[in-house]
Amino acid sequence: MKSGFRLSFWLFLAPVLLWLFLLIVLPHIDLLLLSFRGENDMGDLVWTFDNYKNFFIEPIYWNTFVRTALYAIVTTFCTFVLALPVSFYIVKLARPRTRGFLTVLLLLPFWVSELVRVYGWMILLRESGVLNYFLLKTGLVQQPVEMLYNDATMIMGLVYTSMLFMVVPLISAMESLDDSLIEAASDLEASRFTILRTIIIPHCKPGITSGAIVVFMLALGNYLTPNLMGGKNSLWFTEQIYNQFIASFNWNQGAAFGFLLLLLSSGIIWIGLKLSRQRLGEVAA
Amino acid sequence: MIRSLPNSRAYSWSFNLFVICYFIFLFAPLLVTCVLAFNDSNFPSLPWNGFSLDWFISPGPERLGIFHDEQNLRSIWTSFQTAFWVAIMSTVVGTCSAFLFEQEDFPFKNGLYFLMLAPLVIPGVILGISLLLAANSAGTFFEDSFGIDVGLFRPSFWLVVFGQFSFITTFVTLVVSARLKKFDSSLEEAAMILGATRLQAIRLITLRYLRPAVIGAAAVAFLMSFENFNTTLFLVGSDPTLPINLYLQVRDGSTPVINSISLLLIAGTSCLALFNLYFSRKED
Amino acid sequence: MANDLSVRNLIRSFGDFTAVDNISFDVPQGSFFSILGPSGCGKTTLLRMIAGFDEPSSGTISIRERDMRGVPPNKRPVNLVFQHLALFPMMDVAENIGFGLKRRGMNSAEIARRTETILERVDLPGYGKKQIRQLSGGQKQRVAIARCLVMEPSVLLLDEPLGALDLKLREQMKVELKKLQAKVGTTFIYITHDQSEALVMSDRIAVMNEGHFEQVGSPRELYSDPQTPFVARFVGDNNVWSGEVTESGERLTVRTGEDLLFRTRSHESYEKGSRVDLFLRPEAFRIEPTDSTDLNTFEVDVKTILFDGANSRLLTVMPGGHELLVSLPQNRQFDHIKPGDRILLGWHPDAGLCFKV
Repeated sequence: MKSGFRLSFWLFLAPVLLWLFLLIVLPHIDLLLLSFRGENDMGDLVWTFDNYKNFFIEPIYWNTFVRTALYAIVTTFCTFVLALPVSFYIVKLARPRTRGFLTVLLLLPFWVSELVRVYGWMILLRESGVLNYFLLKTGLVQQPVEMLYNDATMIMGLVYTSMLFMVVPLISAMESLDDSLIEAASDLEASRFTILRTIIIPHCKPGITSGAIVVFMLALGNYLTPNLMGGKNSLWFTEQIYNQFIASFNWNQGAAFGFLLLLLSSGIIWIGLKLSRQRLGEVAA
Repeated sequence: MIRSLPNSRAYSWSFNLFVICYFIFLFAPLLVTCVLAFNDSNFPSLPWNGFSLDWFISPGPERLGIFHDEQNLRSIWTSFQTAFWVAIMSTVVGTCSAFLFEQEDFPFKNGLYFLMLAPLVIPGVILGISLLLAANSAGTFFEDSFGIDVGLFRPSFWLVVFGQFSFITTFVTLVVSARLKKFDSSLEEAAMILGATRLQAIRLITLRYLRPAVIGAAAVAFLMSFENFNTTLFLVGSDPTLPINLYLQVRDGSTPVINSISLLLIAGTSCLALFNLYFSRKED
Repeated sequence: MANDLSVRNLIRSFGDFTAVDNISFDVPQGSFFSILGPSGCGKTTLLRMIAGFDEPSSGTISIRERDMRGVPPNKRPVNLVFQHLALFPMMDVAENIGFGLKRRGMNSAEIARRTETILERVDLPGYGKKQIRQLSGGQKQRVAIARCLVMEPSVLLLDEPLGALDLKLREQMKVELKKLQAKVGTTFIYITHDQSEALVMSDRIAVMNEGHFEQVGSPRELYSDPQTPFVARFVGDNNVWSGEVTESGERLTVRTGEDLLFRTRSHESYEKGSRVDLFLRPEAFRIEPTDSTDLNTFEVDVKTILFDGANSRLLTVMPGGHELLVSLPQNRQFDHIKPGDRILLGWHPDAGLCFKV
């Protein structure tokens, strides 16, 4: 019996090990190593801290980094504030028959490529866009307004893009919340706000944490939305990485930036998990 | 507060209004994109000049409809091939991984499980660049030591496939694991005590039980691959996938042909999403 | 008669914890053998070792004189009816039953023939095309058993298969299982924590506690002549006094906490002054005995009447506050007894049993 068990065990283990070591572990070790390499004055490749030193010396890198982190946190918070009432409505307020329909409707836009969604916003919001056309027609504005290429629009775009990853865990968390708990609290004369604070949010905490982690990570690592909706002054850190790789062809500098971004995302996720007293494994499940 | 409790009219109405606004927010960009695909205009914007199918079927040269747009068609085909291979590979490995973490016990299991979850928290851009760097290092290594030039290690179709596979497999693992958790392992034991080997039991009982989840996961993997941008951006070679190709066009000024492609994409993904939904419903 | 299963010095430990502690027993061919014990006593571990899902730390298991060490579950001549039956939901009844035969490479015509035969055996003729979810609880039970019997195992293991059924159906299935076993003549090894299931169905029962067998015997032996205090407490209801031996000999005299002197029996003689527990079945009491010679007698107050048809009891209390259960025969003789009455109880010294603490 043992031999049969072992055979299937190796059959499962081998592809998983290949996957994780060749495609996850090795590349990231390589990333780390290369971030410590650089050319010296003679043009030879040597071990160096220069790539990291550059990051701290140049305010533009440093500012972009902090800005990206803060905006990703703001995005996560906005997503949560928007997703909570929507998922609550779908699970607890919508009629059972419309519930399934609304859920499908809710998920559908997110199956479409992010690029298509961002493109939709662009033709809606730009100077010659659909919204401006209507605003001019109705006489609300005299001159077309450029609604793209500012921070608020960029954050809205990020919220829009990552909404799904907050709504889905929230819906499944709310589905497991027994209606009778809310009824009991209401029977004990709790106000709506108290119920939200003491019953609903604590119950949904695992869903909120996992949603927040994914949304944060997606916002932080997003390139498309800041680039297209934030325009030239979006100053998103992934763009710095892209520039180092594609424009300046300085891969070692890019590797250092990449590693810093990885540290930032793992660090903030780690803090989030500590604050909510959860483990990554629980959140993923 | 909830359906079963009495709610004030103001509460219900403001909530309804909020949800309606939310759905408008959700669908406005998609709707506008689709509608403008049929506008008889050279720009994806209003005013409405009348209905036209030019951006689908016009053979050019002034207006090049999607069905004649070689470059975009080729990128769609590339995306299809990529998504196909990613879906196959990640479904196979993800299912193995689900079995490994749900049914087997071995030293360092927790560590490996953590590693398996890591792609969830690694930004896609980082995955892309680290794989690019590693592939480049490996390529240099092979060239220097053996004098062979391995095409796989340069930005190319297969590098994109591997890049997407590296994180989509985690999603497949989670989807299949969720279903496998509900599996009553005594069914497998029952099969074994009735004379089946462990692999037969997995094939005849467990995989049959998992089938809806596996098909659903494959569909999700296909979609995720088809629309992936961040990881692909750094790995793409001479033939770009559709999102990359569209990005380049949008960045450098767009024509309504992008609207027509978007419309096709929206229709296609909706079908696949509904198909996926149908399967996950059947599962329960 | 030959033994279908022999277990010798079986030990299974998990780290410091010994789940099965040096067990030896034999199950003769064609008998209904039960292993009865509270949850956590190690009976499931024992069963899983016999089935081959777990390897013993030491000791041997042989089935029909063949050592089972290293034989995988799919190669053992045993089959197991799982606690939750483990019928394959993705297959119909016939596919479920044919599953094992197909693994043996039997041709499909033969499989179909045998499946139909076994379905008739368990009184489900023509059910082959039904889906599992269309069956009732009792029918599922019978399909699960048929699925194993069609393999013609030397030994059929059953892991509390009645646990999930409701009370009425469980009573019915007890009788059916017993009849089925008599009909097919396969050796059944039945695991349960429910003493009534074990007592009703078994030829022999092993009472298991903390990894070892307390006693192996027929249902009657276990009930009327328990060898250990655990068996006395676990099998059937018992009243217990703790007391002290005041006179030893073939009959002991025991002084209880209430200062009553009872004559009773024990398996071995205990010295004067030993602390003992005295066990007495509720039905051993005689209420208001007319002839009290040779009987231990004392008075109690009736606290309440626990009416349960043929199984009715009086809950009585002794002057010191010790509560006793007394069987109340429903032959109308005692209809006059009301809560609050003081009644005389008597019992024969042979009915009681003492164990040293």
